[in-house]
Amino acid sequence: MSKAAGILAHAFLVVLFLFPLAAVAQNLPALTGRVVDDAGLIDPAAEAALAQKLEAFEQKSSDQIVVATVPSLGGEAIEPYANRLFRAWQLGLAGEDNGILLLVARDDRKMRIEVGYGLEGTLTDLHSRLIIENTMVPAFRAGDFSGGISGAVDDIIMVLEGNAEELEARAERNERTDGWDPDTVIVVLFFIVWATIFFGGFAMAVLPRVYGRKLGPGRYEWLGMTFNYNASGRSSGGRSSGGWSGGGWSGGGGGFSGGGGSSGGGGSSGSW
Amino acid sequence: MSASQRLSALRLLPALFVLALLPLLSACGYNTIPTLEERAKAAWSDVLNQYQRRADLIPNLVETVRGYASHERDVLEGVVEARAKATQVTVSPEMLSDPNAFKAFQENQAGLTSALSRLLAVVENYPDLKANQNFLALQAQLEGTENRIAVARRDYIEAVRVYNTSLRTFPSLLWNFWFGNEPFQNFTVADDAMQPPKVDFGTQQKQGG
Repeated sequence: MSKAAGILAHAFLVVLFLFPLAAVAQNLPALTGRVVDDAGLIDPAAEAALAQKLEAFEQKSSDQIVVATVPSLGGEAIEPYANRLFRAWQLGLAGEDNGILLLVARDDRKMRIEVGYGLEGTLTDLHSRLIIENTMVPAFRAGDFSGGISGAVDDIIMVLEGNAEELEARAERNERTDGWDPDTVIVVLFFIVWATIFFGGFAMAVLPRVYGRKLGPGRYEWLGMTFNYNASGRSSGGRSSGGWSGGGWSGGGGGFSGGGGSSGGGGSSGSW
Repeated sequence: MSASQRLSALRLLPALFVLALLPLLSACGYNTIPTLEERAKAAWSDVLNQYQRRADLIPNLVETVRGYASHERDVLEGVVEARAKATQVTVSPEMLSDPNAFKAFQENQAGLTSALSRLLAVVENYPDLKANQNFLALQAQLEGTENRIAVARRDYIEAVRVYNTSLRTFPSLLWNFWFGNEPFQNFTVADDAMQPPKVDFGTQQKQGG
């Protein structure tokens, strides 16, 4: 009994060590979807339409655009806050860095479009600036937050689509083949290997007795192999230690998650 | 060799085996210091890129301003000179542990920052210039570049922090007796990024009151 408890304790420790500790960032909202409306600026119908638009665009081009509104920046300037949020959420695909964050801080009356490394050439700082000044600021001044944000998203999509060849090239590069995404394959393979090791000892003990040809007391032949079950002090090696890889579960819970991309501070800010 | 001696030598074998494997433990092993050093150097290259990007924007900016404010000669000349000085002195990744080179670099860039601030303050007096499309485009790019510089500096500071820590903490410091690496220099002013006065598109409300 104590041996089992010992194994369990070891397994628990292994899992604990391998479990990736998420970086705890104070006062950053959680990425609950493509529109994170913590400040309550967008009305529900517009929010649903917006989320749909963003999802459709991501399917088409693999670029991740996320809209976030926060009540307050907590005293921080909007540029470092937006960069921190972008990196915490890891918008865009790793290596491609094709994410965009549209951030609105309600009480500070500031907004920022933060652009990932990969899109800085297409959605330049000037584009972001013009979108903010021409689309968002007038709408926000008039109190129409949903319209302003919607318009800005349309503008962003228009700019990205304006560079059609690049968009298609990006989409093709990052095309997800349905069904066999790498995570699933690795899990399945791992399970097969583990099951073979774990059940192999058991199978080796039982199956030859059942299906093999008996050669003598405690000796069987099966599939060209001879199995000798006489007591000879041979210890069975069927015990595998219970470690399993803890990382690599992207998009837990079937929701939306960032793709591992990062931003270098590109984009533009404004205030209303 | 007597029987008991042979036995004790054999008993040591597993212990020796484990000891031989110790260097492969990645957390405190041979690889830590070079990996962190390369990472810090890459972060530094990024910082250099962004500073260079800023330097590249300046000739265009100076020409645009000169078109409207040609008699502000000393300010314009100041910017041109500061830019020349800043682009002359550069710290290659190999020189990162040299405090003097690093200090000179930081001072030159700070000089360029203040020259730019002066220029943009002067621009405030020329409403035609402020409305010029070309100038607005440059202004947006300049602000974006300043932000990128700030982000690159933060990344570099973090990378150097991790690297310098590895040089001083046990057990990686043991490997440093072999490597002989010096700690990298870090920025002394946390954020001397220029705060450019915000461009007034005419849509901004007047603050205060």
